[in-house]
Amino acid sequence: MPYELIGISVLWIFLYGYVITASIDFGAGFFSYYGKMTGKGEMIHAVISRYLSPVWEVTNVFLVFFFVGIVGFFPETAYYYGTALMVPASIALLLLAIRGSFYAFSHYGNPKSHIYHLLYGATGLLIPAALSTVLTISEGGYISKLGNTITFHAGALFASPYSWSVVCLALVSVMFISATFLTYYANKANDRQAEEILRTWALFWSLPTIFASILTFMALYVQNPEHFSRMMNNSWWFILSLAFFLNVVRLLILKRSYGFGFVSVMLQFFTAFWGYGASHLPYLLYPYLVIQSSMTSPKMALALIWAFIGGLCLFIPSITLLLRLFLFNANYRKGVIK
Amino acid sequence: MDTVLISRMMIGITLGFHIIFATLGVGIPFMILLAEWFGMIRKDPQYSLLARRWARGYSITVAVGVVTGTIIGLQLSLFFPGFMRIAGHVISLPLFLETFAFFFEAIFLGIYLYTWDRFKKPVTHLLLLFPVVIGSGLSAFFITTVNAFMNTPQGFTIRNGVILEIDPLKSMFNPATPTETTHVIASAYMTCAAVLAAISAFYILRGKRIDYYRKALRLTAGTTFVLTLATSIIGDLSGKFLANQQPEKLAAAEWLFHSESPADLLIGGVLDPVTQQVKYGIKIPGLLSFLAHDDFHSKVIGLNEFPRDLWPPLFVHYLFDLMVSVGIFSAAVTAFFVCIRYLISRLEWNRWLLRALLINGPLSMLAIEFGWTYAEIGRQPWILRGYMKVAEAATTSPQAGSMLVVFCALYLVLGILSSYILMRMASSNPVENEMEKRGVKWNAI
Repeated sequence: MPYELIGISVLWIFLYGYVITASIDFGAGFFSYYGKMTGKGEMIHAVISRYLSPVWEVTNVFLVFFFVGIVGFFPETAYYYGTALMVPASIALLLLAIRGSFYAFSHYGNPKSHIYHLLYGATGLLIPAALSTVLTISEGGYISKLGNTITFHAGALFASPYSWSVVCLALVSVMFISATFLTYYANKANDRQAEEILRTWALFWSLPTIFASILTFMALYVQNPEHFSRMMNNSWWFILSLAFFLNVVRLLILKRSYGFGFVSVMLQFFTAFWGYGASHLPYLLYPYLVIQSSMTSPKMALALIWAFIGGLCLFIPSITLLLRLFLFNANYRKGVIK
Repeated sequence: MDTVLISRMMIGITLGFHIIFATLGVGIPFMILLAEWFGMIRKDPQYSLLARRWARGYSITVAVGVVTGTIIGLQLSLFFPGFMRIAGHVISLPLFLETFAFFFEAIFLGIYLYTWDRFKKPVTHLLLLFPVVIGSGLSAFFITTVNAFMNTPQGFTIRNGVILEIDPLKSMFNPATPTETTHVIASAYMTCAAVLAAISAFYILRGKRIDYYRKALRLTAGTTFVLTLATSIIGDLSGKFLANQQPEKLAAAEWLFHSESPADLLIGGVLDPVTQQVKYGIKIPGLLSFLAHDDFHSKVIGLNEFPRDLWPPLFVHYLFDLMVSVGIFSAAVTAFFVCIRYLISRLEWNRWLLRALLINGPLSMLAIEFGWTYAEIGRQPWILRGYMKVAEAATTSPQAGSMLVVFCALYLVLGILSSYILMRMASSNPVENEMEKRGVKWNAI
């Protein structure tokens, strides 16, 4: 396998890791706020804070890993995206900073403030919306290059139906992923009341997820027909994704095997994400950057791949330990151990 | 303002803010480790509580460190895309490794903070800190190799604008790497010890005359003393490195215009930039020669041997002097404390000594800022010495200015809030109450 394919696959898997862990986090923020407003707050908040407390810094590193990795493997992306994304990326950073620090302030410092809760809920919606625009921009049409000047057309981005359909898909996916996970977590913690509310939410967000996906497909056909046709060639990934989705809905309705249900959600998004990524290639930024020509030297690529393998040898055992201690530890989940 | 200046200000302000939390992030785990270890071997729960309370405060500073670290990671591409393109080609290996080191640290820190009473043997919990200490040290190491590379780039060639013959390990282990990484890590450890000593001194001055704070002060001030010595020795090696590899930076710090042998060390003074004469400064004969080459008579290269447009701004002299002065102050105060504590222990809590220890904490943090600013301004006009100037690397985005304003506001809010929360955490849960609650015995002195 050529280095550029290994590189982009590794990065894509990490971005997928971020999508799943961050979705759980973002959605949880929204549910927690919503629960508080509607008076169902306490128990949901308890479930959420037990899961999120030890994990949020790790979630953030997935994202840093992705953007440091992409500049390493494909240095040209720094130049194009760096110049063009000044405003959207800065906004996303700002929101991430507010969310991360306020989370720590309130959790460890413990001020029970309403503003904090609002910020925590609102950033959970705004961050995925801001970050998803990067994928939109990569489809081309929003950045142009004249000589050495790269210009970003913010107006075109705001006026584009494709852009809004992606934002929409990002938001409903966040809700769906988060609700299915928290249903499973509440179930394991034997919190029946929270489980039932979260299960209803998961079902509530399932149909919008599928509608938003179809909408995005159609909008992509208008935005970048070339990419659309490559997606059609990769269509079995998306069919597989639909099958996993139907399985989740079935399990949620039957109130059975939430763990398997969440694994299905992960597979549903993995297959769709992978199919989307595979058909996006060879472009990193349509039509300016393709993976072959924008890659770093083979020697550096090889060094990065070795670094990655070495890193994984450390990373996998330690993340397993983290999950065993907090996620899969019955006493911790039930709140016996604080 | 042009975008080059804005970009420099943005990265300067972000790093100037991040460096406070990054320094705490590197050094505090080591201090927690010491306290928890003392608690274990001396079977003294007061030390364990010390570790616990430091760790609680640390969870706040590390959170700000994580978010500002995320910001700087992305901002480099946003504000210096031209630099990151080259950096991506040549020096991305340590950048990549840094994220792994941080990953490792974050995972174990998460575990450590939530497992205080979960293990049967206390040593298990202590062991969880090792990955945190190692991970944060490695993060600092990797990221400093990137800065070292900017000072002494190697491991690649540029022909007709194309970067060729890339050697990732050679660029990572460049001539500046050994002294710069050790200097950064040692000074971070020293600063954290000094900051924690300042906090203990603060409470004793406020009248909390209890054995808990005596132990805390002895541990932290003693550690500061040892670490200050280590930092000074490494700092001396850094001076020798500069004399050999980046002589214009050392010459600018010492206002040495003509190459001289022997060369004098200049402290303070006012420069007349036209005549290159210095007024009011203190000169120590031959000391600069000694600092540069371990020989009081050796030749030190002056600025006039470099083209004028490649001179760093000359005010770096003051930054250098301030950094070194803090080091000397810290060594003197902590040495004095250690002597008094063993020889005339009734003077251990002398108010002037405590005040000096109190001020040494913030001063050490300032010295980090001075040292870092000297390192960056002293490299001007280069971003990649000899290859790329700062002006060639900056963004051309017209929105850079408004983003600068937005981020400054963010840092202001984060700075105020994190200080407020830390102070509130300390005041709402005084250590005496917590010792009562946990059944830890303590004595007034």
